[in-house]
Amino acid sequence: MVERAQPIKPRLGPKRDFAPWADPAASPLVRFERVAKRFGAISAVGRLSLDIFAGEFFALLGPSGCGKTTLLRLLAGFETPDEGRILLEGADLAGMPPYRRPTNMMFQSYALFPHLSVERNIAFGLEQERMPKPQIAARVEEMLALVKLEGFARRKPDRLSGGERQRVALARALAKRPKALLLDEPMAALDKKLRAETQFELIELQAKLGTTFVIVTHDQEEAMILADRMAVMERGRIVQVGTPAEIYEQPSSRYVADFVGDVNLLEGRLTATGASESLVHGNGGVQLRIAQPVDAAPGALVWVALRPEKVRIGLERPTEARENALAGTVVDVGYLGNLSVYKVRLDDGALMTATLSNRTRLVERTIGWNDRVWLSWPPEAAIVLTR
Amino acid sequence: MRRVFPPACSILPTLRRFLAGLSFDNYAALGSDRLYLAAYLKSLEVAAFSTLMLLALGYPFAYAMARAPRRLQAMLVMLVVLPFWTSFLIRVYAWINILQRDGLFNQMLLALGIVEEPVGWLSTNTAVYIGIVYSYFPFMVLPLYAALEKIEVSLHEAAADLGAPPWKAFWRITVPLSRPGIVAGSLLCFIPIVGEFVIPDLLGGSATLMIGQTLWTEFFANRDWPIASAVAVVLLCLLIVPILIYQHRQAREIEQGG
Ligand SMILES: Nc1ncnc2c1ncn2[C@@H]1O[C@H](COP(=O)(O)OP(=O)(O)OP(=O)(O)O)[C@@H](O)[C@H]1O
Ligand SMILES: [Mg+2]
Repeated sequence: MVERAQPIKPRLGPKRDFAPWADPAASPLVRFERVAKRFGAISAVGRLSLDIFAGEFFALLGPSGCGKTTLLRLLAGFETPDEGRILLEGADLAGMPPYRRPTNMMFQSYALFPHLSVERNIAFGLEQERMPKPQIAARVEEMLALVKLEGFARRKPDRLSGGERQRVALARALAKRPKALLLDEPMAALDKKLRAETQFELIELQAKLGTTFVIVTHDQEEAMILADRMAVMERGRIVQVGTPAEIYEQPSSRYVADFVGDVNLLEGRLTATGASESLVHGNGGVQLRIAQPVDAAPGALVWVALRPEKVRIGLERPTEARENALAGTVVDVGYLGNLSVYKVRLDDGALMTATLSNRTRLVERTIGWNDRVWLSWPPEAAIVLTR
Repeated sequence: MRRVFPPACSILPTLRRFLAGLSFDNYAALGSDRLYLAAYLKSLEVAAFSTLMLLALGYPFAYAMARAPRRLQAMLVMLVVLPFWTSFLIRVYAWINILQRDGLFNQMLLALGIVEEPVGWLSTNTAVYIGIVYSYFPFMVLPLYAALEKIEVSLHEAAADLGAPPWKAFWRITVPLSRPGIVAGSLLCFIPIVGEFVIPDLLGGSATLMIGQTLWTEFFANRDWPIASAVAVVLLCLLIVPILIYQHRQAREIEQGG
């Protein structure tokens, strides 16, 4: 059995250099143009614009209630936008009912038809197209093989496990060969291990079929594992769109940095910014050097964002630099097996987190509770956020 | 007090005499007189047609109830059950009032200009059907509502998403999933309607002689208990099949629910 250790994404052949979003000539498969949707007084989606390209595995990420499901339902046709347009291959979808849209949705609850067998569930969409019977049978068989459910054709949904039901729902949604497959938290009901396996199967499936997948999730790790690109949402708006690496390494705001992974934020004032680096005067009186220009005037309030795994922790004061070094006391040590997490109370009262990967077997902890430690990092490790 | 038990030897002759007293003559009489056969057939006909009418009226009603906003649903159920607060008999008498020559119904038709002069509704088949459909409406609507209300909205959305227009989704998803309600409601109406007495007696005329009325006449007017009992036994035999089907389904549903 293969254990998933790190979010590594297998990229098969053609997907390796896949980046249509970087090509200014490419036209998107789906385009949201200033789309807004209100429910009474609540604005579920607010004037949002977004392009999704053919063949992409796109993730919508955000906290509960931020409008992810609503966005997906707008695309599927279950909700109509109050403002703006939704285009599919350049054509406005307005007024087109769900049953005419070339998209298919995999529902969070799976919504399998309880009175129909697995094969009849999968065949349902094809029968609506009036596909000839032998062709339907062949397609159903192909779909069952695709989701590894051969031999389950005659079962009723209530005789299936959660994982099997999820696959039937996937097969049913894929059977019509949709232009875009919409998945609303498809793995929310699976246990952790099954979820990890399913994630890999989804990636493989998507690469094999080349269908555009749009997935909704509130699990940032899942979004990063699955997606070619992801959009981070906050209260009905998209705050950043990019590849998982871009979002993680270059978050555009404190909200994104905090939502996607753990982050240390050090508040300070910008003292100088140049072509390739900038200086920040931290609140604790420490000088911070960042290998990055900042789009703000000196004196502006900024935040230096630093991922915990990029922080060095040591008992000695680092000799090489007077910058990017902070002293504090260890207040908590967490041992996670592959990682150790140190929470350090800085001398100015702020709390910082540093993680160390346990490369050798931990026999004796060298740094422990109440130790005086120094946290330091190179200028390339941090970034400056102005929002 | 002392009980006197007959000696064993005297039981057998008694039993023999009892069995000899039994006869199928009365059952034969049922077959010979066309009146009984006509009453049975009429009862089955009325029950079948009214059940169909109840289904045709009750299904859209129950469907609308199940699709109404949650808060409204409780009130609609309440409205359906409300007539039970008044005696059944009083409600049927009220229909006599409504349907009579100068009753509410005729006044309304006249006011709307649908008819030129009052129509004699009472003592007709129509009046019987109106009375039956009105009285049994809750028995049809409630099981249908219970079945329809259980169907998740996401199933309709999934059907639409897979390319089924609303009427097709209704036919392929809603109807099959509400079948337990259709069967329960239909049997719950059909079985008692076959033996219905009060409604045809009060609202109907001689044209709608149902078996319940025949039974009543034999028992209380003619005081011919043997023939009356034969009528009742045959009626029971007729209804035992649908009753068994209903019982079986109910038992299965309870099993599945638990
Ligand atoms: N049919 C509706 N009627 C009224 N309000 C709604 C409706 N659907 C969604 N909302 C509201 O719109 C907002 C966005 O809801 P949405 O379901 O899109 O969130 P989400 O991002 O999918 O959240 P979650 O992760 O919890 O599923 C929420 O505040 C929600 O209460
Ligand atoms: Mg949701």
